[in-house]
Amino acid sequence: MTAVSMPGVESAPYTVEEVCEQFDPVMGLEVHVELNTTTKMFCGCANAFGAEPNTNVCPVCLGLPGALPRVNGAAVASAITIGLALNCQVRERSGFARKNYFYPDMPKNFQISQYEDPIVFDGYLDVPLDDGTTWRVEIERAHMEEDTGKSLHVGGATGRIHGADYSLLDYNRSGVPLIEIVTRPIVGAGVRAPEVARAYVTALRDVLRGLGVSDVRMDQGSMRCDANVSLMPKGTSAFGTRTETKNVNSLRSVERAVRYEMGRHAGVLLSGGTIRQETRHFDEQSGTTSPGRPKETFADYRFFPEPDLPPLEPSADWVETLRARLPERPWERRARIQTEWGLSDEELRDLVNADALDLVADTVDAGAPPEAARSWWVSYLAQQANTAGVALPALAITPAQVARVVALVAEGTLTNKLARQVVDGVLAGEGEPDEVVAGRGLAVVSDESALTAAVDEALAAQPAVAEKIRAGKTKAAGAIVGAVMKATRGQADAARVQELVLERCR
Amino acid sequence: MNELLTLDAAELARRLHAREVSSVEVTRAHLERIEAVDGNGDGDGGPDGVHAFLHVDAEGALAAAEAADRAIADGGPASALAGVPIALKDNLTTIDMPTTCASRILEGWRPPYDATVVARLRAAGLVPLGKTNLDEFAMGSSTENSAFGPSRNPWDLSRIPGGSGGGSSAAVAAGEAPLALGSDTGGSIRQPGAVTGTVGVKPTYGTVSRFGLVAFSSSLDQIGPCARSVLDAALLHEVIGGHDPRDQTSVDAPLPPVVEAALAGARGDLAGVRVGVVSQFAGEGYQPGVSAAFTDAVRVLGELGADVVEVSCPSFSYALPAYYLIAPSEASSNLARFDAMRYGLRVGDDGTRSTDDVMSLTREVGFGAEVKRRIMIGTYALSAGSYDALYGKAQRARTLIVRDFTAAFETCDVLVSPTTPTTAFPIGERADDPLAIYLADLCTIPSNLAGNAALSVPCGTSADDGLPVGLQVMAPALADDRAYRVAAAYETARGESTGPRIPELRALEGSR
Repeated sequence: MTAVSMPGVESAPYTVEEVCEQFDPVMGLEVHVELNTTTKMFCGCANAFGAEPNTNVCPVCLGLPGALPRVNGAAVASAITIGLALNCQVRERSGFARKNYFYPDMPKNFQISQYEDPIVFDGYLDVPLDDGTTWRVEIERAHMEEDTGKSLHVGGATGRIHGADYSLLDYNRSGVPLIEIVTRPIVGAGVRAPEVARAYVTALRDVLRGLGVSDVRMDQGSMRCDANVSLMPKGTSAFGTRTETKNVNSLRSVERAVRYEMGRHAGVLLSGGTIRQETRHFDEQSGTTSPGRPKETFADYRFFPEPDLPPLEPSADWVETLRARLPERPWERRARIQTEWGLSDEELRDLVNADALDLVADTVDAGAPPEAARSWWVSYLAQQANTAGVALPALAITPAQVARVVALVAEGTLTNKLARQVVDGVLAGEGEPDEVVAGRGLAVVSDESALTAAVDEALAAQPAVAEKIRAGKTKAAGAIVGAVMKATRGQADAARVQELVLERCR
Repeated sequence: MNELLTLDAAELARRLHAREVSSVEVTRAHLERIEAVDGNGDGDGGPDGVHAFLHVDAEGALAAAEAADRAIADGGPASALAGVPIALKDNLTTIDMPTTCASRILEGWRPPYDATVVARLRAAGLVPLGKTNLDEFAMGSSTENSAFGPSRNPWDLSRIPGGSGGGSSAAVAAGEAPLALGSDTGGSIRQPGAVTGTVGVKPTYGTVSRFGLVAFSSSLDQIGPCARSVLDAALLHEVIGGHDPRDQTSVDAPLPPVVEAALAGARGDLAGVRVGVVSQFAGEGYQPGVSAAFTDAVRVLGELGADVVEVSCPSFSYALPAYYLIAPSEASSNLARFDAMRYGLRVGDDGTRSTDDVMSLTREVGFGAEVKRRIMIGTYALSAGSYDALYGKAQRARTLIVRDFTAAFETCDVLVSPTTPTTAFPIGERADDPLAIYLADLCTIPSNLAGNAALSVPCGTSADDGLPVGLQVMAPALADDRAYRVAAAYETARGESTGPRIPELRALEGSR
């Protein structure tokens, strides 16, 4: 195999397996998470996604002359909580620092961040892999900072600032609290490096979702991952030159980006080239990366302590209070649920992969037996979601509503078939399950006298069949049951009808 | 001269409360004085007066005066200074007036909010007259760095009024306003106070909110009062001071009893008060007349009963170089926001230039030479290769200076020095020598680095040029009242022996 390198065209000729015959990959993952606090990091503006541009702004988050930041205590609590969930140490005294660089969507032309003394540090996350094993990813640090505004570059070919006709700036996001979680170098994953990267980000997302501190929506940018990748020749231990891939906007993209960069690095290195330390841009369509704007000079952010903010000194009591409030870790919860519900590994994985675990758990919490709850979500509701082309959690039915349907079946008001119609009604916006039952007239016909009358009527209509039954050919009862079910438009309990037919023919 | 212009704020307030005079009358008298003596000072054809003001809001001032008169007439709880006019340094945001920081880059900018101190003044019924001149972004000691022309010293219009807050001190000295607010990063309230013969106070860092003060050096900046008497400064200090949740460096502690201290000092002696004379602030570079006036002031303190001792603060010799690394470092970051994107000046946006080019061009045109010099020094001091050797070392020097103060205040209640080594120098004399101008802040900078309280009170005139000299009184952090007590006692003892309180300024041609 030859690696061809053409200017402007970069090929990724090597598979991960081929790469790992000669190299060990090293990864470092930086994940930015927007906190879902009510207000921004340093002012009282609403922290809300999707508002009319430049409506959630004030002198502070617009960086107007004279305005001063003040720290949002809820964001600090979230940062500490995240650190505790990632098994980190909480620093007794940490501080903010200014990261200085010019960009139009950053109104002060410095970002308030943390530099030498992040609020939490030295942790780890045990990440479940597809084969059921876990991989421990070490966390170097997690620190607080403020988000920038958003630029929309209009015109030009690339959608980037260079070559644009003009740019629009929205400062609603300016000052939104961010936590940046940085791993230590992930070494030794070999061919599993892309999988480990995806699994780590997935596990991190699950942990953060469980904490309730962020929406963790990669598609909306409330969770963003930068993937650093380098290769070192097998048997050596000095890290190679790394690249940092940005714009990795889904879990799948994390895996693809790492895979692509590994192959690309190998291609460059094996053809005698050198890797340039640079920022690269991931393209979702092609699954490839391209160089970011080359930096003309070494970026020197001139960090120095933020003079407008005093040091943070969270009390030990506060930290312990936050620790006591930590929810069960997702993987511990999964293990517990698996035991309690008696699930096989495969059943559990299906639930997790279908994004159904929380939904089923909430349905169980609302009173449904685990088996019935699981069955609804992974079969009928999963089909409906698939048909509608939405994610399971986005279906217009709540776990409580599903639990109510399960209860209606259990108490005999609905058959399984009717129950599906009730669910359809809920999904169609016809209201609560009981309202759909009433509205569509779906309750099982359980009035014995009415059923008996229907049975008698069917027997009278088919005297020959009735005679056979009376003669002991009970199998013939099926025809009468079918007629009764038809007459009641399916709203009778077939088993009960069968019993009645046999009773009337005795 | 209208008698109202010569009165202290305290006396004006008394007459206002007694309804012997209305705020409208007082305000009108000051507006007329401004009209008569201020001019535009830029030397390009218009009358060259004191040029203390960059913006005068006569209409707004008269409306505020009427409101104050009504509040007093209603007999409700009016604050001590209700109805008294005041001038505001033009680096404080004001919702109803432009805020320029004497820079082209902010020319015409109207902030959408009031600084906390401005809001407190308004709530207390004071009457803002306008915005005063300063060295651009408060960087300088003479107001010569204003983009809109220098202010002039009312005692000698050919000389500087100090800086950066030369406009505020000159306005008070010239009788254009009984009170003013300044900001003091390295001496910008005290040094102009000294050279204009007025009182200037830098309160303890964190005791007056900086919210709405356009930042020069955030860890050093402090807003404070300018006045013609120690008591007036204390009265104003009480209005603007106290905790503000919008400034997280604001101290959540009761304000020291500065008015009480000023009153007590004026009534009493200084028996038992230990006064330390800082030995480092003397000798070469100190104008003989200044040294003599200072020595005489120390003698008066002794006569008032103070125990005068000499103290050594050896690390103070690092203060000036440390300051000229820390302040520019913070400034280089604070001033990064002036980028033509959201407000202020925009140059070169003709559709052919990139964003970076428009930013650069705007900053090239919009900032003056001193501001650029400090941005460059600060950018260099914070850069990866020099951070430890420059910014880091300066911070260590700062720690040593704090220790010197701590040690000195173990044996002394207050420290004293000349406020500035010389009297007001002629405009233009040091224009080509920034280092010479930096020396004007030699004695004032240590208190900014340490964050303690310090003030300048007039101590007569220099025998060699007849110009005002200032006595600096420094007190520990949160013990501002000690400085007020000593200054008030000294002020009373010195009396009015040194000449008129307000210069007779010739009305400018063309003014009414």
